[in-house]
Parts: sequence; C-alpha cells; structure tokens
Amino acid sequence: MADVRQIVIDIIADIAPDEDVSNLDDVKSLREQLDLDSMDFLDIVMELRKRHKVEVPQEDYPKLATLASCVSYLSPKFATV
Amino acid sequence: MNYDAIVIGAGMSGLAAGIRLAMFDKKVLILEKHSIPGGLNSYYQRKNFDKGGIRQFDVGLHVLTNFIKKGEKGKPFSKLLKQLRLSYDDFKLCPQTHSKILFPDVELKFSNEFELLLNEVSEKFPQEIDNFLKLTEKVKTFNELDLSIGYSSSREALKEIIKDELLIEMILCPLLIYGSAWEDDMDFAQFVIMFKSLYFEGFSRPEGGVRTILSLLMKKINDLGADIRFKTAVTKILIKDSGEAFGVVANGEEFYAPVILSSIGYPETVRLTPKIDLNPRIGAMTFLESIFVFDKKIPLDQNDSTIIFYNDSKKYSYRPATDYFDSSSAVVCFPDNYETNKQDGEGTVRITYMANYSQWRDLERAQYDEMKEKVGQSSLSLIRSLSQGFDGKLLFKDIFSPMTIERYTWHLNGTVYGSIDKTRDGKTPFKNLFIIGTDQGFLGIVGAMLSGISMANLHGLMGANEI
Repeated sequence: MADVRQIVIDIIADIAPDEDVSNLDDVKSLREQLDLDSMDFLDIVMELRKRHKVEVPQEDYPKLATLASCVSYLSPKFATV
Repeated sequence: MNYDAIVIGAGMSGLAAGIRLAMFDKKVLILEKHSIPGGLNSYYQRKNFDKGGIRQFDVGLHVLTNFIKKGEKGKPFSKLLKQLRLSYDDFKLCPQTHSKILFPDVELKFSNEFELLLNEVSEKFPQEIDNFLKLTEKVKTFNELDLSIGYSSSREALKEIIKDELLIEMILCPLLIYGSAWEDDMDFAQFVIMFKSLYFEGFSRPEGGVRTILSLLMKKINDLGADIRFKTAVTKILIKDSGEAFGVVANGEEFYAPVILSSIGYPETVRLTPKIDLNPRIGAMTFLESIFVFDKKIPLDQNDSTIIFYNDSKKYSYRPATDYFDSSSAVVCFPDNYETNKQDGEGTVRITYMANYSQWRDLERAQYDEMKEKVGQSSLSLIRSLSQGFDGKLLFKDIFSPMTIERYTWHLNGTVYGSIDKTRDGKTPFKNLFIIGTDQGFLGIVGAMLSGISMANLHGLMGANEI
C-alpha cells in the first residue's frame, strides 16, 4: 500500500523547496499553511502523473485541498496503478 | 519530425515555455532564427578599436524588475523560481541604489523600499499623498492576472484619483517607457503589472547581466533534453482546412506538433499563417540606444542613481519621435550603480531615446551613420549634464537603432513592446496555435518568462491533461 500522504509531501517539498513541510496539519487546507498557488497545484498534479502515472482531471483539483482529502481521493487511484 | 510541442522563438518567454513543457516529459522543439538566444533581451559583442579584444554588451536588459529579497513569497519572481525550479542565488541579483524620475524643478526618487516613493510624494506633492495612497490601494487589490479583462485607459483611471497632472505624468513616465505598446497611455491591467514590478518591488541586475539569466535557462533546456535549434527560421505555420494548426516549416523542413506556442509577436505570427481577416496592429514604439564606456566610473557624489527617467517639460510625451529621435526625454541607465558594485574600473552608461522607425528606414547608409553620430552627441551631453563635474575619458561607444532591432529580433518596424492588440489568454483564430511573450500581455523579462510559463501550463499541460 502506497503511503499517499508521504508521496504528496515529497512532491510539495520538491516543487516548493523553501517551504517547511515537517509539521503539516492534515485537515487544514494546504494553501492556508503553505505559499501554494494554482500553478503549484498544477505541479502537484503533473508530478503525480510523471512519477506515479496517476491522473487527476482538472475538475478534481479541489479534492487536493488538504492532506487528508489528498489521501482519500488519491488512495484508490494508487491501488489500481 | 513529430513533437509534442513546438515553440517559435528562444527569447525569455520561449525558453521558459520550453522548460515547463520538457519538465513534464513533453518532446519539445524550440526554433530560433538568430544564432543566440534572448530575443529582445540578448547580447552582442564589438571589437575594441584601441587595445584589441572584445567588449560584451547587453541589449534590452537595463534592469531586472520585480526584485524580491531571498525567501520572499507570493511575488511574480518567486513564482517564476518555483515554476522553473531555479534557485534565487543562481540569479546573483545586485539590488539598485535608487532610481529617479527627473522633471523640470521636481524629482521623485524610488528604490526597492516603497516607503521612499511614499515619502517623496508626500514631500513634493503634499496635497496628493492621500490620493496617491488611494491609488496604491487600488493597484494592490486589482487582479491583473485575470486573463479575461479587456483594455481600459490608465490615464482615465489616474485622473479619477489624482488631481495634480504633473504627478500623473511622473508616475506614468517609467511605466510607459518600460513596457507600453500604446502611445501616451497604457492598458490599466498592464499599468498595475508595471506599478507593482517597478514601484512596489523594484530593480536589480544579475551579476553578469542578461547572459546570467540566459545561461540558467539554456542549461535547464539542455538538461531536460529539449531540442533547440538556432539559425532556424520558421517560414510557415501549417494549418488544416478546419483551422487547426498542426506544424511549421523551418529551413525547408516540416515539423509537426499538436501545440504550437509562438513568441515572435502577434502580427509576426499571423503573417506565417494562411490569409485570414485578422490584422493585429504593429506597435509604433521603437527606440534608439547609445552605450558609452568611460575610463572610470562616475563617482557616486556626481551621480548615484541606477536609472534616471529624464523629461525636459511638465508633460511627458510617449509616442514615436516626430524627427529621427526625441531628445526631450530619455532613460539613462548607470549599470555601475548597484549596491554591491565596486567603484574601480571602467564605467558604462546607456541612454535610450524614443525614435521613429520610418525615418530611420529611409536613410541611406552615409546619412544613417551621420544621424547615429548626432544621437551619440546628444546622449553624451545629457550624461555630462546629469553628472556635473565628471571628467571621464570616453573609450568606446555603440549605438543601435530601430533598424538594428528589426534586423536582429525580426520584430516588424523594430517595435519593442509589441502589438497594441494583445491576446491575454494566448488564443488565436487558429486552434492549437497560441501567442506567448509580450503580445500575450505580460511585461518585462520576468513578465515574459511568466507568460511562457502560464501559457505552457494552460495550453500545453492542462489541456493535455484533459485528454
């Protein structure tokens, strides 16, 4: 079983190297805790695709709002990879 | 040859777009007509007359706008670093000392700390400071990145807030000459971009000039394995009967891709397509630049500004010169006046005048050289009057004209800030063909790169994701 939470954190750490990702609150929105804009969310999606072959259609971008929602939305996708 | 995307032009926007696409495994082809990258922000060299060897000069880059301190977030420059995965330190930014807007009897200084400009306005236009604060509030809350907004006049917007016409002229002067394709006015969304990037954020210069930026971008392009070809002019954009772009012809060879991003200008791009009823207008603003090298730097007590926006009357005229050039206003750039610069060694000054393309085009060679000589003399006397007491000996000078700009950038009529018909969402009447760079509507070097990034994201990455 893939550790989806860690996968997302690793991606954020790579696309926003100046951000501290060590103490993220799972239920608070990522945008509130980090300096992430829509361009950064696109990068999260693109990295998921590039590294893990997981596709996130544009209408589902809001489902990546928190770490918890990332885990619940992405886990089934990782299970089928 | 088949690619996932073709980028026309290896200037700031084309390189940035190419990096974004290649970063996510797109097979990218970048085609550039010139033998080196940079487009309007490039470089050249000249042989030294006296002591041999060569001198290197930048074109375009006077300063890099959108200055941020290391670690500052949420700004255009920090977005650019993240999107291109570049590090702040790689740019080796040297912050400006300060710059000034110099009109008869009054000057306004500004620096990378906005407080300086606020203090200057409150001291020199005390009755207007509240209005100026209102303007800054309007600028702060305006979403200039909204791709759906149309043209609105900045002058009209300013008149509603500020009563003193001289202050309006002074605020507009640097913003117009550092980016407006329109004469005597600019689109309000562009005004906001410029106000933020010049007055809120400020100026710096990468150590090593424009080549520092270009070598960072070229290294990324090469590391990512994008195909980049120089001296390769696109002569035709291939369009299906259904109106869909599907490739280009360059050096007689056909290249195919489902996405084509063109950075060469909107009118210039349209000319490569089959005839349609669309004629984006060619912008009229073109310039002359003189570069002078002295045997020593101008001492700081004789001139400590990084840029002087000079105007000799109370009204600022931003339009093509009626004569060959207009010496009533100028941008004077002192590339030595940066916080980290040493004061020994040779000194350089660059002066930009507004010009008139058709006048220069019609000159015979001998008259052309003679006219350039006049520009040089006029520029030199302005430098002397702005740096009273400076006795440096002139070692070298070089002048480029609208014809030089046209010759090396292929922008029609030597236009520098592109067409006055922008396409903010990058779309053209042809499916799969998009405009990036100045004619998409973002400004300056940072703006050009962000244009390439956001159009590549929108039309190259997100679009592809939907399939």
